[in-house]
Amino acid sequence: MALKELSSLEKALGLKKPNKYSTQGDKKVPVLQRSNGPALSGLVTIATYLVREANRAELLGESAEHRAIVQQWLEYRVTKVDGCQKEDIKTILKDLNTYLEDKVYLAGNQFTLADTLMYYGIHHIIVDLAVQEKEKYVNVTRWFDHVQHYPGIRNHLPPVVVLKNRVYTGSHH
Amino acid sequence: MKLFVSEGNPHCLKVLAVLKLTGVKCDVQHVNHEEKVVPHLSRPTLPALLLPSGMHLFSANSICRYLGEVSGQPSSDLNNQWLEWEASELQPAVAQALHLAVLQGKGSEASSALQGQLSYLEQSLCKKTTPFLTAEIVSVADVVLWAALYPILSDHGLVLGDQGKVQNWFERVGMLAACESAAQEVLQGKGLKSEALKAYMQKQPAPPHSQAQKRDNQPCNSPEQVADGDRVMSEEEILSATVTWAKGLADRPMISDRQHPILPKEGKRNILVTSALPYVNNVPHLGNIIGCVLSADVYARYGRLRGWNVLYVCGTDEYGTATENKAREEGLTPQQICDKYHTVHASIYQWFQVDFDYFGRTTTEKQTQIAQNIFWRLHERGFLLEDTVEQLRCEMCQRFLADRFVEGTCPFCAYPEARGDQCDKCGKLINAVELQEPKCKVCNQTPVVRSSKHLFLDLPKLEAPLEQWLEKSMGSGDWTANAKQITRSWLRDGLKPRCITRDLKWGTPVPHPDFSDKVFYVWFDAPIGYLSITANYTDQWEKWWKNPEQVELYNFMAKDNVPFHSVVFPCSLLGAQDNYSLVNHLVATEYLNYEDTKFSKSRGVGVFGDMAKDTGIPSDVWRFYLLYLRPEGQDSAFSWADMAIKNNSELLNNLGNFINRAGMFVSKFFENCVPAMDLQPEDKRLLALVGWELKQYISLMDKVKIRDSLKCILNISRLGNQYIQVNEPWKKIKGGDTDRQRAGTVTGVSVNIACLLSVMLLPYMPTVCQTIREQLNAPPTVTATMLQGTGNFVCCLPAGHHIGVVSPLFQKLEADQIEDLKKRFGGQQTEEEETIWNKPKASTQADVVTQPATTSAGQTVKNGADPERAKELTLAVAGQGEKVRALKGQKAEKAVIAVEVDKLLDLKKQLALAEGKNQEPDQTKGTKNTQHAPSPATTAQAVINKADPERAKELTLAVAEQGEKVRMLKGQKAEKAAITTEVDKLLDLKKQLALAEGKNPEPTLTKGKKK
Repeated sequence: MALKELSSLEKALGLKKPNKYSTQGDKKVPVLQRSNGPALSGLVTIATYLVREANRAELLGESAEHRAIVQQWLEYRVTKVDGCQKEDIKTILKDLNTYLEDKVYLAGNQFTLADTLMYYGIHHIIVDLAVQEKEKYVNVTRWFDHVQHYPGIRNHLPPVVVLKNRVYTGSHH
Repeated sequence: MKLFVSEGNPHCLKVLAVLKLTGVKCDVQHVNHEEKVVPHLSRPTLPALLLPSGMHLFSANSICRYLGEVSGQPSSDLNNQWLEWEASELQPAVAQALHLAVLQGKGSEASSALQGQLSYLEQSLCKKTTPFLTAEIVSVADVVLWAALYPILSDHGLVLGDQGKVQNWFERVGMLAACESAAQEVLQGKGLKSEALKAYMQKQPAPPHSQAQKRDNQPCNSPEQVADGDRVMSEEEILSATVTWAKGLADRPMISDRQHPILPKEGKRNILVTSALPYVNNVPHLGNIIGCVLSADVYARYGRLRGWNVLYVCGTDEYGTATENKAREEGLTPQQICDKYHTVHASIYQWFQVDFDYFGRTTTEKQTQIAQNIFWRLHERGFLLEDTVEQLRCEMCQRFLADRFVEGTCPFCAYPEARGDQCDKCGKLINAVELQEPKCKVCNQTPVVRSSKHLFLDLPKLEAPLEQWLEKSMGSGDWTANAKQITRSWLRDGLKPRCITRDLKWGTPVPHPDFSDKVFYVWFDAPIGYLSITANYTDQWEKWWKNPEQVELYNFMAKDNVPFHSVVFPCSLLGAQDNYSLVNHLVATEYLNYEDTKFSKSRGVGVFGDMAKDTGIPSDVWRFYLLYLRPEGQDSAFSWADMAIKNNSELLNNLGNFINRAGMFVSKFFENCVPAMDLQPEDKRLLALVGWELKQYISLMDKVKIRDSLKCILNISRLGNQYIQVNEPWKKIKGGDTDRQRAGTVTGVSVNIACLLSVMLLPYMPTVCQTIREQLNAPPTVTATMLQGTGNFVCCLPAGHHIGVVSPLFQKLEADQIEDLKKRFGGQQTEEEETIWNKPKASTQADVVTQPATTSAGQTVKNGADPERAKELTLAVAGQGEKVRALKGQKAEKAVIAVEVDKLLDLKKQLALAEGKNQEPDQTKGTKNTQHAPSPATTAQAVINKADPERAKELTLAVAEQGEKVRMLKGQKAEKAAITTEVDKLLDLKKQLALAEGKNPEPTLTKGKKK
């Protein structure tokens, strides 16, 4: 799963030469064997490294503050969204929905690595949402639709149908 | 930039340590665990960093990484990798380990929960040549991992595997000044033993997939729900219990005798315990006793057992209107009244074995000095306001009238009996001077309006520092839920200036020359009593009261006292700006009722402190039952029948039976000599179970869950009884060698459990505890050993130990005995009750002064017709009728209903007699009843003539008290039904008062009846 994500990310970043990965432990934590340094492990760590390798540092945030917010959502993705229980899903969606109310992307108005990885991680949850739930979490759905249509991001994941006319003409405007 | 942290939260340890390490400039604010800082998260999440942009960082690791970056250390790949590992791999294991170790006392499982992660860390460190995780110098990752592991690795009680590298690295990071001081700040440097950590853990959702959950998903504070024998002990727990047992009594220092004066000591836990000061003019009832002095006593005793440096002070609160009135009533000076009742209080508490370090009083020179000093400091700092208040003054009585001593016509609804502050008919708040035709309730004269200058404490000005302090105190201390809630509701409604002066004589004089004829209002004055009482105990009182760094202050009280201890008094002390020790733990009980009604002095309902000893029931049993009932979390009710049941089932059949049997086996089968013990798996399992209960007891007691921890004691003796029952040592002793050996083991283990119980019982039943120790000839070091740390059940009476003479500890309470007591204290106003109600027993000289009214009232009772008594009985009949209906409604047992119905009939009969009617004409004819039966005319006479000033005064007070209650309920927006009930009671009291004053409250109705 994580390996598929990483190869999708490589494509999105336009990295030509695919890397070799292995996994470690029960949780199948990805490990990247590097030629120019020791191996790196952990999805976020590797993804961050790849972004820098691709000279797309702006995807990690453009100021210290911005970078911190990006890292925070990356951590949220691997600690809260991954492996979440059924009863946690509602909280996650509710919190994200509140958070995204006044934001285009997770770290504000700019697309970052946090959006990419959150999109990969939350995809399985959004797929299962009923139309009504998608309306309930309207900000999450809007963000999700944004990201899945962001050039080069979707890759290995199937598109999720968002009924725009229903979502966008609700009582929210 | 602002960083929000809470005490006890290990994640906050991370950020504070990194903050100190990097030296980034940032405000730090301490908040409560439950504080919602980040607006878009539904669960309270701390720490949180408010960024200059207005956004929040709510992940500790991101905050740390950010602090690192702004201080010029951008995060490397390696640093990132460790932070990710910490968040995704280490944290879930740490959460589980902490849950096990802190909340469940299962240290051994905790370390195994962490094994995998620790060995990963060990391997990684082995591969490195650098002293730190990423480089030669410490990085953010080092600090974050250190902080995550700090609570567990800093605890030497936990046995961890062979991880030398981890240990070295951990110590290296921990030596950094930043880490050291952060650990002190967040966890008092105490690791797993930190109270703050425990408080934090209790707020956290249980970690998922926890093995512990599968085993027992009960909340840890309800041992009651745990079926005793059903708890499954893991092999490790059993092993560790066996190891502990074998350690035996260590050479621990004995708990030394108290050396007065007790003063705070460096490096000790210094605990200052206070109990709300009982008001002097009354005899305390059981509810008062359990609410403060007794609860505080148990905690203080427990603290001393734990080896803490405890000072427990209390005393009588003596100033105020009520004392003045009482003095007038009894024809004594206020000082005489105080002297008399101070002695009454002191002897009651002594009988209840309340072990104060000092029991003082508020009418002392020190009180004047300290109160006036605080006053001046508040004055100098501009926290006092001056204002003119219009007040009613009775020229006849020569005094300003408190609101409750004025009555008149309501300016809104023309109700003639409106009170000085509120009309009971329309419910509107009234300013006493607005009353039409005001009357002084004491002499019935019309008072005049006088304006009078008063001083007010400017609470609104102190609100900000108060809130700041409250957040910290509530966040880190053990405040009971009701205390927090009441305090919050006061703050929510906003604080208003409060008048601190009164136009009275009996009080601490206001030193300001413009207010020389005034005294301090009791609410301002009384809590200062804690300080002055301590000052009377030792000249070095400031070491306790101006030493918040070293002293932990516990205030015990009933919930009606909370606002004065959490808002008003702290404001006085904060405003005085003299580094006072403020309350850290505010422990408030709910109310104790009496047989489903309220304790009432005026109605003679309930058991009062001075009568408890006359029941013949030992003080220890009273203590046990009151503590068993302690209204923790909700109101509870004292009931005679239940007291008998608890005494007979818990004390006699469970606890006493077990301890007695264990001792008897030793003396009968083994000639007073503890036999050799050869522990079998079953015995070891029992040791683990008992050890678990002991740990539970300690963790509950540490949090002042006094009632809950008592259950742990009873659980242990239940386990012991089962153990004896299953193993039948009395049979095995007659068998062959193996059987005899088994009997020896079971007896030896049992008698050791009995010894443990004596230690755990001490705070609750000091005399019984002493008796058990004497019977078992227990070595004095047992306490220190068993209650050390989280508790160690060791073999303290080894094979060969000689015990003393064993005898039964408790006596059965018989049904008829209880029935008698119930009648005596039931408030059904039997003749005997009448006496109690009128005057306390003549034990002191002052009591001899009897009022003529007493005699005349007594006379009337004997004569039969007594409208006064008729009223009382009407009430009693109504109450009893209610009870019968309730029982029938609940489909209670027939026998039970029959008993109550009988009582009802009896009451009705008495009522008929009191009304001068003859219930059973033919039977009573010719008996003495007829002789005395007054004619209807005399009855009417009695109504008019039977003005009883004595009783009128009592009733005036009772009316005032009840009125106060109604207003409070209304103020709290209590349920309508509840208010109605109390209002009804109030109206009733007023009627009685009118009667006692010789007035006829309802002329038309009575006329119709009588004529």
